[in-house]
Amino acid sequence: MSNRRLTSILKLSLLSAVMAFTSNAFADPVRAAFVYIGPTGDHGWTYAHDQGANYVQDQLGDDVVITRIESVAENSDASRVITSLARKNDIIFTTSFGYMEQTIKVAANYPDVKFEHATGFKRPTDNVSTYSARFYEGRHVIGKIAGRMTQTNVIGYIASFPIPEVIRGINAAFLAAKAVNPDVQMKIVWVYTWFDPGKEADAAHALIAQGADIIMQHTDSTAAMTVAEESGVYAFGQASDMSAWGTNAHLTSIIDNWGPYYADRVAAVRDGTWASADTFDGVEQGMVEFAALENMPEDVKSQAERTIKGLSNGLIHPFTGPINKQDGSPWLAAGETPPMFPDILTMDFYVEGIDSKYPD
Amino acid sequence: MIRLIPRTQPSKAMIFLSPLLALTLTAVTAFIIFAFILTDIEVSRVFYTLFVEPLIDTYYISELLVKVIPLIMIALGLSIGFRAGVWNIGAEGQYVIGGIAGGAVGLYFYNVEGFWLIPLMSIAAILGGMFYAGIAAFFRTKYQVNEILVTLMLTYVAVLFLSAMLQGPMRNPSGFNFPESRLFHDSALLPIIWQGTRLNLALIIAVILSFVAWFGIKKHMSGMQIKITGSAPRAAKFAGFDDKKTIWFSLLISGGVAGLAGLFEIIGPAGQITPGLPQFYGFTAIIVAFLARLHPIGIIFSALLIALTYIGGENVQIDFNLPSSITNVFQGMLLFYFLACDILIQYKLVFIKAIRQRL
Amino acid sequence: MNEGLIIAIIIGISIASVPLIFAAIGELIVERSGVLNLGVEGMMIVGALSGFVVEFHTESSLLAVLAALLAGMAIASIFAFLTQILLTNHVATGLALTLFGLGIAAFVGRSYSEENIELISAIYIPFLSDLPIVGPLLFGYNPLVYLAIFMVFLVWWFLFKTKQGLILRAIGDNHDAAHAIGHNVIRYRILAILFGGAMAGIGGAFLSLVQVPIWGEDMTAGRGWIALGLVVFSSWQPFKVILGAVIFGGITILQLHAQGFDIRISAQYMSMLPYLATIAILVSLRMRDKNKTSRTMPNCLGRIFHSTS
Repeated sequence: MSNRRLTSILKLSLLSAVMAFTSNAFADPVRAAFVYIGPTGDHGWTYAHDQGANYVQDQLGDDVVITRIESVAENSDASRVITSLARKNDIIFTTSFGYMEQTIKVAANYPDVKFEHATGFKRPTDNVSTYSARFYEGRHVIGKIAGRMTQTNVIGYIASFPIPEVIRGINAAFLAAKAVNPDVQMKIVWVYTWFDPGKEADAAHALIAQGADIIMQHTDSTAAMTVAEESGVYAFGQASDMSAWGTNAHLTSIIDNWGPYYADRVAAVRDGTWASADTFDGVEQGMVEFAALENMPEDVKSQAERTIKGLSNGLIHPFTGPINKQDGSPWLAAGETPPMFPDILTMDFYVEGIDSKYPD
Repeated sequence: MIRLIPRTQPSKAMIFLSPLLALTLTAVTAFIIFAFILTDIEVSRVFYTLFVEPLIDTYYISELLVKVIPLIMIALGLSIGFRAGVWNIGAEGQYVIGGIAGGAVGLYFYNVEGFWLIPLMSIAAILGGMFYAGIAAFFRTKYQVNEILVTLMLTYVAVLFLSAMLQGPMRNPSGFNFPESRLFHDSALLPIIWQGTRLNLALIIAVILSFVAWFGIKKHMSGMQIKITGSAPRAAKFAGFDDKKTIWFSLLISGGVAGLAGLFEIIGPAGQITPGLPQFYGFTAIIVAFLARLHPIGIIFSALLIALTYIGGENVQIDFNLPSSITNVFQGMLLFYFLACDILIQYKLVFIKAIRQRL
Repeated sequence: MNEGLIIAIIIGISIASVPLIFAAIGELIVERSGVLNLGVEGMMIVGALSGFVVEFHTESSLLAVLAALLAGMAIASIFAFLTQILLTNHVATGLALTLFGLGIAAFVGRSYSEENIELISAIYIPFLSDLPIVGPLLFGYNPLVYLAIFMVFLVWWFLFKTKQGLILRAIGDNHDAAHAIGHNVIRYRILAILFGGAMAGIGGAFLSLVQVPIWGEDMTAGRGWIALGLVVFSSWQPFKVILGAVIFGGITILQLHAQGFDIRISAQYMSMLPYLATIAILVSLRMRDKNKTSRTMPNCLGRIFHSTS
């Protein structure tokens, strides 16, 4: 064999080897990680995110490898968890507000890794995105149902922490209920936890004892639904379909449908099109969905369906004036809807008509 | 039949061997338990991730060193009390109160620069922790109310107080109403001593405190010093230790150090005050103290071991999708075996044929 | 505020106090014998898990409660062996027990977190349960509630009306003297510890079988520690355990109801009350006791017994 020929063969083999190697690299699956604040068995917030992760696995199959870690405390340990994940993953979803500082700190150290922070608002580096859902649209729907279904005119609300997201939910639910039932009132109990089945059950019992025949929750377990079923009243599920815990009590559940968003983002990493964004989708985009409407008369059901349709067409905004604040001062004029910032994002007041004192 | 026969003299060999024996027994038992429960995971890989990996990776080594800081500090303070039979079970509460006190100073002087800020915050934290532990000392000395109960109940109160503070006066005004404080500014944060990691000055302080404690104990507590006979508190009484000075001293020291540890967590790895401040260091430090037989220098090593189970446990959680409680299982077992093996210092295991005695 | 609401509040308080009663009455016996077992939380959670798992697989409430009882005893036996045979320090061993119990329960229970089970239903006595007011208040609970009250009576009777109870108390007050008389200190203490474990186990099972039919790794939420405080609060006297449990359980329930009535007390400060009340009551008891020579606390509590024969 001539030298020239040998050289050619060598070059060709080297080229093939390099091509084989790099084409493998392009075919590497995207490594996605999910950081959860609670256990996936909560059937609430974390469960919904986990379902989203499952959806990604289904949609992207071999293109993605998913790691999940549960019950990560919102303190300095979270930084280490996120860092550990950043060393081995391409995109990380941190699914709670309390991970904000930790996420952006680690993001600054790992510029090639993408970070998606749920319910956050800081995006100091271009590898950080934030996302949340317009849960208050869901509250609008269940408020309408509750206003029609209640016979004692008392709606019981189990609230977790007085943060804007929770306040939005209370206000939206109340406004919707009152629109169909002017006599309705709301009793609100703050349990200062996201997940504590015992305490949630106690809160539900207390509300029912005080006359509530509809229970709404902004906590994560199925305890309240169970209590409602036991006590013969109605309840709405939160974050996921809780109908299995309330055969007769379950009216519907607000479902956090993270799957499509997650799949989009992971696919974007795979395709190299990922860019920092701030997403705040609702019923229209399918991020907020509802469990099957049940245990209610046909006319209530059709009204609810119309409301959902109106939301998905972008025709209904849960906060449409005229609305005053709890102290009587005007907030929205007739037909007016509020701006995202500061009204929606930092909402820190009750609307007029809510009897309870604003928690402080 | 196996019997325990008292030795004529404590076995010097066992003093060193018993911890190793305990570690081995823990590893073996854990292996068996995991093999039994984890049918789909290779247990040896779990062990590797748990014990070996953190020690050969610079990032995790730095995190290990960050983790030991509160454990060493609190354990040092507690060990002084334990030697004297003063049972401060509420170091967690003192840690929180000290953190709030020191953190409050930092927030009060928000964006004010100066080298004096951290020392001032530290004094506030120490005083806060001391005050909180002092409550228990007061009730113990004046009314003989046992400090286990008081410190424990006060821990709950402290955590609730933290929640109230974060909902109210200490809440970040530009934080969208979430129950968190502002991020502390640069003058209020501990300087980093290992660039690129989270390791800060507090480690050096913790180690210095160990040596200070060592000399201090040698010099002043020889009367109560537990001779090397094994688990120190065998000789300590639960109630009835009447020396008021000792009770006050023990509680104030352990409260003060715990409070300082709380501050160091806030102005160290956390960077702000959040509801996640209580991380059970106050309780874990009790284990650290015992594993070290209350010896100040030994505490450094037992803290490293416990920190290893934390870091390793967390990685096991990530890699194998196991619950974080795997760490608790290890720590509990380690302590069980350690305490059990300690008896071999004073007693000998002997196999005898059963002898029936009838008188 | 109508009578229906008052009844509901009373029932709520009763339910909240039951796990505390079980755990505390068990620990009371343990401490009366001179042993301090800080591992109550660990024993309770193990009981909660065992009860849940057995109920899930067998759908038999009886088996579930029994399983919880046995599980509590099993894990307590580790503590008994270590502290009584190997003479380890009570505080450290108890703490290790809590950690280990919490850990192993969460570990074994990880596959059960998505399941739910049937609650143990309330009893129904024809006529009695239907009585207005008295009916639901006295005759409408599930069996475990009555068991809790019964155990308190049983423990009282045992401690103060039987010879063995007297011996147990003697051991708790002066184990050396008791030993000298010829009583088997170690044996009494081991049995006491096992009883404590059984009670804590049932108390834990109450949470997962009655209160909410879910399993979660932090279910006990610190109730074991509260039970420890309760025992001291009760001055080691059985009937006062009920009082203490009602106060602790009650404040939580009352605080939730107060919010419903929009009573303006901060939730956190109100939640602090039971803990502060415990300390206050203890101090006041001591203040009264100071002049008397009698103390109800077992003298030997926490001290390790060294047999000299």
